[in-house]
Amino acid sequence: MSVGSEAGPRAAVGSWRLRLPATLLVGAAIVVTWLLIAMLGPAFVAHDPIAVDLAHALLRPSADHLLGTDSYGRDVLTRLMYGARTDLQMAFFGVAGPFVIGTIVGLLAGNFGGIPDAVLMRILDVTVSFPYFVLVIAIVAVLEPGLTSYYISLTLVNWVSYARLVRSEVIVLRQADFVLAAHTIGIGEIRVMSHHLLPNAISPSVVFVFTDAVLTIVLGSSLGFLGLGVQPPAAEWGVMIAEGQLYLATAWWIAVFPGIAISLLALGFSLVADGLAKLLHTAP
Amino acid sequence: MDRFAFVLRRPLQLVPVLIGISLVTFILVQLMPGDPVRVMLGPRASEEAIRIVRARYGLDQPILLQYGYYIVNVLRADFGRSLAFRAPVIDVILARLVPTVCLLVYGLVLSVAFTVALSIAAARRPGAWVDQTVRLFCVAGLGLPSFWLGLMLIMLFSLRLKLFPVSGFGDSLPDVLWHLFLPALTIAIAVTPILTRNLRATLVTQSAADYAVAGRSKGLSENYVFFRHVFPNSLLPTISLLGIVVSFLIGGTVVVETVFNVPGMGQLMVRAVLLRDYFIVQGVTLFFAVGVVLTSFVVDIVTVALDPRVKL
Repeated sequence: MSVGSEAGPRAAVGSWRLRLPATLLVGAAIVVTWLLIAMLGPAFVAHDPIAVDLAHALLRPSADHLLGTDSYGRDVLTRLMYGARTDLQMAFFGVAGPFVIGTIVGLLAGNFGGIPDAVLMRILDVTVSFPYFVLVIAIVAVLEPGLTSYYISLTLVNWVSYARLVRSEVIVLRQADFVLAAHTIGIGEIRVMSHHLLPNAISPSVVFVFTDAVLTIVLGSSLGFLGLGVQPPAAEWGVMIAEGQLYLATAWWIAVFPGIAISLLALGFSLVADGLAKLLHTAP
Repeated sequence: MDRFAFVLRRPLQLVPVLIGISLVTFILVQLMPGDPVRVMLGPRASEEAIRIVRARYGLDQPILLQYGYYIVNVLRADFGRSLAFRAPVIDVILARLVPTVCLLVYGLVLSVAFTVALSIAAARRPGAWVDQTVRLFCVAGLGLPSFWLGLMLIMLFSLRLKLFPVSGFGDSLPDVLWHLFLPALTIAIAVTPILTRNLRATLVTQSAADYAVAGRSKGLSENYVFFRHVFPNSLLPTISLLGIVVSFLIGGTVVVETVFNVPGMGQLMVRAVLLRDYFIVQGVTLFFAVGVVLTSFVVDIVTVALDPRVKL
């Protein structure tokens, strides 16, 4: 049982009346489908995602090329499948670092308070005063355009989101009876944090992981589009859209399909976040 | 603390945040690869010239002193020289301020209009199909990449229907409004879901509040209760969200200005990154951050002015 449910009917007020698990299930199904496409898809297509074949450039969608070909004669469907690998990888690594670091910092700051906590709050104030995207781009700029820089940049900027979420839970929880009881019977500080505080404080962060995955994918593909993320000729959805930008009037399929892919994957993660929020009784 | 004291004290709270912002932007340029002066002066600069510029920007001093010089320079509106644009950074940025501010305000106005319309439509009958549709839009809208959405709008409204220009800024006000409509619409579609979630939830909660029930039970019409009592009471939480939203909008301009070729600060930032013009990146980042801080500041003051209950 989570302590959150004792705190009052947080989820009940003003929430949408909806069949609970539906969004979670649909969302999970979408994400799993993309995972399968990323893992197995490339095995089923005969085309190369990168090799240039100018003889077959800008072909309309047909039986041979289900989603058409781009200006280099590359099969859009093939690149879409390889792109799923990159964008899913982005969602995973872009979220994992901030989640782990932020959770640990938030747990420590919330539990011990004092000067480290005050410092964390000041860092938080400063970080949220930068437009998120602008700060990420600025850091990528200083490092050098590319996926690794994106991960570093996200980790530097975004751990504070998780630290804030965990900290605000821990600050309430450390006064709770079960934590006082744990201290009283002589359980060590570290074990109290890892076995008693953390499991009860983590729900909002877990929900945020999936919202964050949406932002990470949208941001990562935006960087790819701007030429600051994954570099061409690699198959990444944002890069593909940038390549299709010149052909909007003549070969719409190059830019349209990768965008649908991003939106669908993002929708999957959004739905999971929405369903989890209901399930774990955290406010949306 | 009374209201007056708050108005006096709130600006003081800006100081640590502004110091933090200056530190971050300072460190940003410290992290960049290579010698900034060599980058600034180009590969053929003489050692003598490099030494002079180093001394001018205090780069031959200890790092803490350098930070001090940076602060002094920023306060004198000296952000260094742009290598790519061959002009002071401040001039390059100011020349691109107007399009960005227009786009931000335009985008904000559209977002607020959409948010109010969608939230009211959804909250009048919670759970009905309108509500469900708005809800779906809120969930899906978060994941619509603006750069792609912008391209789709260009494809549909500019290339096919020829209703709006593909890119540019415009000269007169009507012309600007016409040029910036699609970019502003793109930004608004990205921001509306966040605001709508918030306003709709508040409207639903407030509709069930005691004062609303009391109003209905003494025979006031549902419309009267909703628009005269519930709606005004629901606005504050959404207004206090505006600081975050402006930060989101600014992030949106970076992408949208590039897609629609609007000559603003966002587009400038992307170009500067690609050209490795670090002082422009630093300057734009600083400008945007200060903009967000000042917006939050104004929002706080407005919130206090509007709500007599706010505890200070």
